Amino acid sequence: MSGILVVIEQREGRISRISWEAVAAAQRLASQMSEPVNAVILGADTEALAAEIASRPAARVIRVEHPLLGQYTADGFTVALQQLVQSEMPAYMVLPHTYQVRDYAPALAARLGEVLISDVVAIGDGPVFTRQLMQGRLNGSYRHTGSGTCFVSVQAGAFRVEASDAVAPAAVTTFTPTIEAARIRTKPGQPFRGSSQTVDLGSAQLIVSVGRGIKEADNLPLVQELATALGAELAASRPICDNGWLPMERQVGSSGQTVAPKLYLAVGISGAIQHLVGMKGSQCIVAINKDPDAPIFEVADYGIVGDLFEVVPALTEAIKAAKQ
Amino acid sequence: MKIIVAIKQVPDRDAQFRIDGAGKWIEEADLQFALNESDAYALEEALQLKEKHGGEVVVLSTGPERIGQTIREALAKGADRAINIACDDLGARDALGVARLLAAAVKQESPDLLLTGLQSEDLGLGQTGVILAELLGLPHASLILHVEKTETGLTVRRELEEGWFQSIELPTPAVLTIQSGGNKLRYATLMGIKRAKTKEVRQLTAAELGVDATPVVVLEGVALPQKQKSTQILAGSPKEQAAALVEKLKFEVRVL
Repeated sequence: MSGILVVIEQREGRISRISWEAVAAAQRLASQMSEPVNAVILGADTEALAAEIASRPAARVIRVEHPLLGQYTADGFTVALQQLVQSEMPAYMVLPHTYQVRDYAPALAARLGEVLISDVVAIGDGPVFTRQLMQGRLNGSYRHTGSGTCFVSVQAGAFRVEASDAVAPAAVTTFTPTIEAARIRTKPGQPFRGSSQTVDLGSAQLIVSVGRGIKEADNLPLVQELATALGAELAASRPICDNGWLPMERQVGSSGQTVAPKLYLAVGISGAIQHLVGMKGSQCIVAINKDPDAPIFEVADYGIVGDLFEVVPALTEAIKAAKQ
Repeated sequence: MKIIVAIKQVPDRDAQFRIDGAGKWIEEADLQFALNESDAYALEEALQLKEKHGGEVVVLSTGPERIGQTIREALAKGADRAINIACDDLGARDALGVARLLAAAVKQESPDLLLTGLQSEDLGLGQTGVILAELLGLPHASLILHVEKTETGLTVRRELEEGWFQSIELPTPAVLTIQSGGNKLRYATLMGIKRAKTKEVRQLTAAELGVDATPVVVLEGVALPQKQKSTQILAGSPKEQAAALVEKLKFEVRVL
């Protein structure tokens, strides 16, 4: 067991930012144990992508190439990476914690008798891996005690990608897995957009966003009035849209839109990580919540701890008065 | 269609919690427990499939004695029967260890479909369903919002990131992990609650299933997260808080 493999994810020929963050996490691990970091890219035609990866710091780029890897399937990726791990015997495999990785990495680890340490936000000496528990209200420290490869997936935004000096291109090698077409049991269709997007929260300067704290659909006008007074777009966290109280297109978070307005005013939103990843890039975050320990206060610039049913009407009035 | 729904009991999401004396977990004696949210959506999907196509819905869970309450809630909502694997050391098992327990019970039932929620609200590992598929040798799809039965199997709608979706066809038997929001959740009716009392809950134990509990990943300790930003808390009465925020919005954030 030696070396670190980091899996790079592509979508339609583009490498996502979180993949470079996974490389940064792998380098952080490597610094603890002076192991080389090798990057892995899967697909049917990975030559151009491999060249792009090779320009970044990595000892080696491994192209895992097969016609059946052209379109993602859990069965195809699992068997290909299982064969790669058995051939390379890495001490660690680091993956970006994306929807795709969540779909196959737990099965890959289980097939090898291991368990993925998922959604890691920090790596300490040991190594000890930090994950969020209780919807971000608690941190847990995890250690790998198995004898095989340790599988780790890293959360978006948790590891900073350092600008690196120009390096000599990494060597590129190709690994050809054996995949039988019959082993791929699912038939995926082409990705499509949900309902026509008529609300572009991404370009909004001011956003008032509402969460579970609003309790009932009948209470929504309270927050709508605040948004109107402020001249802001109304958005919501997932549970509000799941309940059908606001349309899905107003949802902010990992499954909804990613926003970065001048002001993001979160009303009754506790701040689960799935929500935070969609809004933590906002210039100014204000949170109104009854729970002083809500994770939303970890990213807020200004916080009001209180009952939103009292604070929001008072705020709407104060804003109206200030605008006159 | 015979459908098994694997459910988990988790601390109520509004519960205030304290870290236990050993710093290993939270004080469970303080807590209220509830059915994990995405598992509630998995149960709802199963009940709707049964209403359309007939068959049976069996809930499957594992945990200490308090889980009985969550099982009765699922039966009251319309599940036909339940299987519970009594297990007091769930926290000492890793995701593979827990999935092995569940898989051993599923094998005795040979369902057409195994559903579970995408992710638990306490540990948030998001892995149990996918590992179950691997252990049972079944195809799977994750983050599913909609399930349709076809001649040859299923067509499901999978959620991708940032508002994208994808249809996937797969044969049965299969495992699906269900994302929240695909259906409207039902409440238990009075009649349902009454009927639940007479429904079968089969009790198994981890020991009789003969499953290896040795973990390969351990949770060594828990701690409260460090704040990333220094939040300025605006104190006072609601009126004073509102006035203070308007000042900030006007002169510092400059959006008024």
